Amino acid sequence: MTDVSESVPVALTTRKDWSSDQEVRWCPGCGDYSILSAVQTLMPDLGVSRESTVFLSGIGCAARFPYYMNTYGMHSIHGRAPAIATGLAATRPDLDVWVVTGDGDALSIGGNHLIHALRRNVNITILLFNNQIYGLTKGQYSPTSEVAKVTKSTPFGSLEQPFNPLSLALGAEAGFVARTHDMDRKHMMETFRRAHAHKGASFVEIYQNCNVFNDGAFEKITGKDNRADMLIPLVHGEAIRFGSEGQFGVAMNRDGSVEVVEVATVGEDALLVHDEHLENPGLSFQLSRLSRGPYEPTPIGVFRDVDHEEYGQQMTEQIDAATERRGPGDFAALLRSGSSWTVS
Amino acid sequence: MSDTTIDPKSPHLIDRVVIRFAGDSGDGMQLAGDRFTTSSALFGNDLATFPDFPAEIRAPAGTLAGVSAFQVHISDHSISTPGDSPNVLVAMNPAALRANVAALPQGATIIVNSDAFDERNLAKAGYDVTPLGDGSLSAFTVYEVPMTSITTESSKELGVKPRDAERSKNFFALGLISWLYTRPVEPTVEWIAEKYAGKELIKEANQRAFKAGYHFGETAELFESSYEVKPAVLEPGEYANVTGNTAAAWGLIAASIRSGLPLFLGTYPITPASDILHELSKHKQFGVRTFQAEDEISGIGAALGAAFGGALGVTTTSGPGLDLKSEMMGLAISLELPLLIIDVQRGGPSTGLPTKTEQADLLHAMYGRHGEAPVPIVAAKTPSHCFDATIEAVRIAVKYRTPVILLSDGYLANGTEPWKLPDLEDLPSIDPDIATGPNHVEDDGTESFWPYLRDETTLARPWAPPGLAGLEHRIGGLEKSDGSGNVAYDGANHELMTRLRAAKIAGIANDIPPTEVDDEDGAEVLVIGWGSTYGAIAAGVQRVRARGLKVAQAHLVHLNPFPADLGDVLKRYQRVLVPEVNLGQLSRMLRAEYLVDAVSLTQVSGIPLRAASMETAILQMIEDSADMSSATGEGSDR
Repeated sequence: MTDVSESVPVALTTRKDWSSDQEVRWCPGCGDYSILSAVQTLMPDLGVSRESTVFLSGIGCAARFPYYMNTYGMHSIHGRAPAIATGLAATRPDLDVWVVTGDGDALSIGGNHLIHALRRNVNITILLFNNQIYGLTKGQYSPTSEVAKVTKSTPFGSLEQPFNPLSLALGAEAGFVARTHDMDRKHMMETFRRAHAHKGASFVEIYQNCNVFNDGAFEKITGKDNRADMLIPLVHGEAIRFGSEGQFGVAMNRDGSVEVVEVATVGEDALLVHDEHLENPGLSFQLSRLSRGPYEPTPIGVFRDVDHEEYGQQMTEQIDAATERRGPGDFAALLRSGSSWTVS
Repeated sequence: MSDTTIDPKSPHLIDRVVIRFAGDSGDGMQLAGDRFTTSSALFGNDLATFPDFPAEIRAPAGTLAGVSAFQVHISDHSISTPGDSPNVLVAMNPAALRANVAALPQGATIIVNSDAFDERNLAKAGYDVTPLGDGSLSAFTVYEVPMTSITTESSKELGVKPRDAERSKNFFALGLISWLYTRPVEPTVEWIAEKYAGKELIKEANQRAFKAGYHFGETAELFESSYEVKPAVLEPGEYANVTGNTAAAWGLIAASIRSGLPLFLGTYPITPASDILHELSKHKQFGVRTFQAEDEISGIGAALGAAFGGALGVTTTSGPGLDLKSEMMGLAISLELPLLIIDVQRGGPSTGLPTKTEQADLLHAMYGRHGEAPVPIVAAKTPSHCFDATIEAVRIAVKYRTPVILLSDGYLANGTEPWKLPDLEDLPSIDPDIATGPNHVEDDGTESFWPYLRDETTLARPWAPPGLAGLEHRIGGLEKSDGSGNVAYDGANHELMTRLRAAKIAGIANDIPPTEVDDEDGAEVLVIGWGSTYGAIAAGVQRVRARGLKVAQAHLVHLNPFPADLGDVLKRYQRVLVPEVNLGQLSRMLRAEYLVDAVSLTQVSGIPLRAASMETAILQMIEDSADMSSATGEGSDR
């Protein structure tokens, strides 16, 4: 099948065209608003049509997202959106399929579907809104909450080691893995644009503030005054360097791990040059482990962007090859493919 | 086999025979049974088969747990079951004998591989002394044949290692039975050549073993005569011998062609349903997409995603998987999208009896979801009927935009029967009726698309897969506003939508055939069943009628909704008997729906119902019915 979005000229749209008539019902001040706004603003620039775009979600605050997009959409059940998206993307390679999910939806109840969708390289773009808390059920700890987190369900503190969503995605060898945050619309839009452009499974973690149940979880790194020294922008082909004066960088240790260094101490040549296209996910995995939580300098941007053939395309190729080899399906011949006999 | 001459004594004519091949799971009994079946089918017999194998792939050799059996019933007239009990048992070792001897009627023939009856194997099977010498088999005719040694001897000059040579002994047994029942020889010799093409030594060893078995029967003067079952009179046409799973897979392809919808199967391997996946995955030239998911949930989820995209979404499973799919079925009910769930039932609860048959998922199919969540249920009644039942289930799913559960079971899945091949053009055509444009005018005069604006007759909503401009819409598991489909939490709308969803499914009763009742002469007793019990019930009914007694039979294909006339049908009979391979699930539904005093007859032993027990139960009920009539003074002059 050909890519319809490329072969048919797409009508010019504005952000308004991509907004549905439904009232947005997130809590005032929720980080989801800025993500929705970034997506709706980006869509007219992508050169795609509304009728060929589908937003799928599971359950959670983030999962209301499809209702607000004037596209095709489905608000499904908890954790299952990647599974549903797999069937849709595998049968409809002409569509742009987005999956909107949260930390509970994607990493707890839906963990299994997430890793397998990534492993299979299904042609979907996954936006994971990570707020490190369960919002819709009113404030229990999530699989990305920090150890000792005190919540409604952990009055004595959480005992669980959190998932690192990027490490998980890279462990599943996702072809496209990136991180952005809800305080920087431009960065979000650029990251989403890249994720959309990637053929196959794309995974974007978005640090998203839940101002009701986990307010300020990322403030230490995403706050306007903190960003320069706490966010490490990853730029392909460039030395990894950050800080208000560019005084910090990232270097590799002898054991292959990476660490934050002072440029003045190690020298510019010692800095790691970022390469999104490394086939081996090892280095990007190390970068995903650089920060232990949103209180240390944390890389954002595209960690990995490697092209492999996407799943639905491969399915189509098998069908084409079988049809080529045997001719189009002949039902009468199928019925007689075992031993058949005639009674006269 | 040019040196083979036909027995000078012409074969003894019999009208039918039931043969059971039994041995270790590694002995190749399924293969031998299957091949005997094929040659009988090609010969023109009517037949039915019943493979019965353990859940373990290779249980310890020689033990009762490892016994694998294949039963085949061949006849010169129309039959409907694989036979209650074997007339002939081929037992490859003591365990196979011990596991099956209880099923044999007096006078049955037992052919044992005497080489396998050594001390070690006897002990493994739990025999202190050999049953061949202690008189315990005196009710049967026992033939002791040293199958292993003759088989090994037959391929000695080929230079095959004795251990490998021995593995051909299933072909020896097949050869012997082929002689005993006068099956043509050449087709099997050719079939072996084809099957083992490229493996010269194995091919030659198997052919020699097969011929050795045939010659042994002919020359050993052990058997008084051979037997012949003449071809049955079948309707003219082309036939194939199909399992229920193959028939279901082909039914899906047929439904895909007849609807024009591309087929997508999302599934997870599970016994006894996996063969549907295996079969479909071979036929990609029909545009079939098969997806082996990470779990049962993803299997149905992907199928639902494909349905959202305009494909024919199907998932296949068995009981444990049906449990896991419940949540996604609820979503499909809410989304009102076509979806087919094929449940090939097996013994439960939990892992239960993976390779044994049971029909105990009916109430789960009916009620196994939270909330008011009705789904249509269709059940196949014979292996070949899995084909028609699949197409019917797809027809309902597509026309009414609803998930449909198709119930098959382990017995239908693996059992076979001759099937008159249909013409594609004669199959029902299925109109997907995809939405083509806006269906609503807003207050301001603009045209829009309302995903939940229903068809007045069917109450089905429009199906608008992504791709059409102007029809963009969002659906989900939250309750939706009637018509617009927008999220709605108000009680009155929920009440309306709940009743609409129920009415939509209930209304299918007007779109299915009336109850088919086989009642030629006004009986007082009705036997009503569903699913794979059809053959046993029909055979039981025939036996009762052969005694000059009256009994009616009905068999339900649609379990939800029931045919519109079912209540009236039930009320026409004084007594209603409901045989089932569960603890009385259909009888419960009939009693609840129609306030009829249905009598439940149940069995859950992992095997199909027997014609003989059907006969006994029906006779008992006729007797009771006569007693009741005389007690109440009612005549039986209807």
